[in-house]
Amino acid sequence: MEQFLQQIINGISLGSIYALIALGYTMVYGIIKLINFAHGDIYMVGAYVGYFCMTFLKLGFLPSLLIAMVFCTLLGVTVEKIAYKPLRDSTRIAVLITAIGASLFIEYGTMFFVKAGVRSYPDMTGLLVKQFRFGDIVLTMQQIIIVITTVLLMILLQFIVKKTKIGKAMRAVSMDKDAARLMGINVDSTISFTFAIGSALAGAAGVLVGIYYNSINPLMGIMPGLKAFVAAVFGGIGIIPGAMIGGYIIGTIEVLVSGYGNSMYRDAVVFAILILILIVRPAGLLGKNTREKV
Amino acid sequence: MKRLLSILLIVVMTTVLISGCSGSNANEIKIGVNYELSGQVATYGQSSVEGIELAIEEINKAGGINGKQIKLVKVDNKSEPSEATTVATRLMTQDKVIAVLGPATSGAFKATIPVAIKNKVPVASGSATADDVTVDANGVKEYAFRICFSDSYQGNVMARYALEKLSKTKAVIIADSSSDYAKGLAANFKSTFEAGGGKIVAEEAYIKGDTDFNAIITKIKGMDFDVIFIPGYYEEVGLIIKQARTQGIDVPILGGDGFDSPKLVELAGPEALNNVYFSNHYSSLDESPVVQDFIKAFKEKYNKEPDAFNALGYDLAKFVADGIKRAEKLTGEAVKNALEQTRNFEGVTGTFSVDENHNAEKAIVIIGLKDGQQDTIERFGD
Repeated sequence: MEQFLQQIINGISLGSIYALIALGYTMVYGIIKLINFAHGDIYMVGAYVGYFCMTFLKLGFLPSLLIAMVFCTLLGVTVEKIAYKPLRDSTRIAVLITAIGASLFIEYGTMFFVKAGVRSYPDMTGLLVKQFRFGDIVLTMQQIIIVITTVLLMILLQFIVKKTKIGKAMRAVSMDKDAARLMGINVDSTISFTFAIGSALAGAAGVLVGIYYNSINPLMGIMPGLKAFVAAVFGGIGIIPGAMIGGYIIGTIEVLVSGYGNSMYRDAVVFAILILILIVRPAGLLGKNTREKV
Repeated sequence: MKRLLSILLIVVMTTVLISGCSGSNANEIKIGVNYELSGQVATYGQSSVEGIELAIEEINKAGGINGKQIKLVKVDNKSEPSEATTVATRLMTQDKVIAVLGPATSGAFKATIPVAIKNKVPVASGSATADDVTVDANGVKEYAFRICFSDSYQGNVMARYALEKLSKTKAVIIADSSSDYAKGLAANFKSTFEAGGGKIVAEEAYIKGDTDFNAIITKIKGMDFDVIFIPGYYEEVGLIIKQARTQGIDVPILGGDGFDSPKLVELAGPEALNNVYFSNHYSSLDESPVVQDFIKAFKEKYNKEPDAFNALGYDLAKFVADGIKRAEKLTGEAVKNALEQTRNFEGVTGTFSVDENHNAEKAIVIIGLKDGQQDTIERFGD
């Protein structure tokens, strides 16, 4: 039982990271029907910005987190402006391939500047390394911070999308771009804003991973990016609460497979889930089956 | 206008390309450097090349080989075996190098060997540790050399170390299932350990690039074992050790040369690195002048501590340069013959001779860590 609880704690911490990245995927997909493969790499850049803030500028956790989020926001919007905006009226496959290109560009561009090796975050001190032990169960402060930060950011996101004017614009654009434009909504800036928010969340995830696992490298975004994509599809791509739920479920499943099954099958199970969902329920857990309009 | 410009550009680029190829110099010896400078294992390639460049710089400063300066022709194989073969061909047929250093990993290195045999240009690796690199069922591969010990040797030595020196009999293996290196080490550790009366309690696996090992650690925590063997590289091993110690597992942890990097202590944190032992090519604690001079020179040039790849790259370049120096004439075949004759070569990673299978015969060093620092070194093995 204790082992099970420990595994659940492990799963929720991991799932939080997936959830944060999955939100960016899902929002961008929801609004322009693009799977933004560069998203996982923005998460990686976030981790590096956090690293530089903490190592060279000697900033604390919160300022580093905020700077990383701001930097990733700018990066996300820039990628959108340079790579995706000129292709707004092209075929979806063209944009998708561009996204893969953007992803590779960020990965190897970063590798050029920071070298390929892993880097580790500076030693955490004080509150950040506190541990709580309940019998055999270990709960670290970093895990608590990850979950709390994730939940706070999600609440903030829900608030922005549901209660603010720009959120309303986002929802309108995702429903019907042309109609939204006719209603006087600035579609381009709304799309930029979506990228901005998604990228900020990815940046936050990057810093959280940095302090939790203490290891970053220029290709670290690929796998979590794919897993988060699975999470987004699992929850129903385009649906924000779906991405959160998907992230937590994928994280927990992964941990349980390693913990009770065979750790070799972990990734296989995650991607098998993706295939199953696409066959059985393509719209995802929370998605409604809508027939494509012709 | 645009068209004119593009034609002009093509003409200029072609001229540059052609003139770039034809620039050979009689006072120069060209050595190819075929390494993983980008892609999945770029860090091994980049580290090896740092060592190589330091070695060649020293040789050139000391007057080169028989009065000729060495010129490195550096190419990137993108960590892909197919690309490694392509660039090896280019180095041998277009750049006309006399020998090729690298690649760093066994898979990519093996892919370049047929090209080497065809063009009669020796290839040498500092870190291709898989068992069948230089020799297979058809006998020794004539133009392939390596200067590191093999995976099976390391796995055997560590199993014997656990049984004989640490008196442990119940082991858990946590292996990187995505690398041949780790699988080779794990298999050999297991067979030697079981043959010596030990028991493997559990075998767990992870994949390169993983960062979360809590699930595996939580799973083994409830089992009865007294030693953990982790064949793998420091990127993941550092995190495994950190997470294991955080969860309260304090048994000895053993591993291979993949542990050796200053990054290990950064990743795991010094307090987690107690009771950790690993086999290695060299130790910075070694007081022999070759090792100490290398460490000093490396720190001066790169401003950081050298790791095993740096040391192996350095030795590899010196080893091949030594072969070229002793060669009767400057052809690939003569260099190959000279390399075969290498006896008691004094390198940073130990004094070694080349055996009939083109492997280096050398003793293994087992390093014990205390608070993240190298604390004990023992020479172990045959």
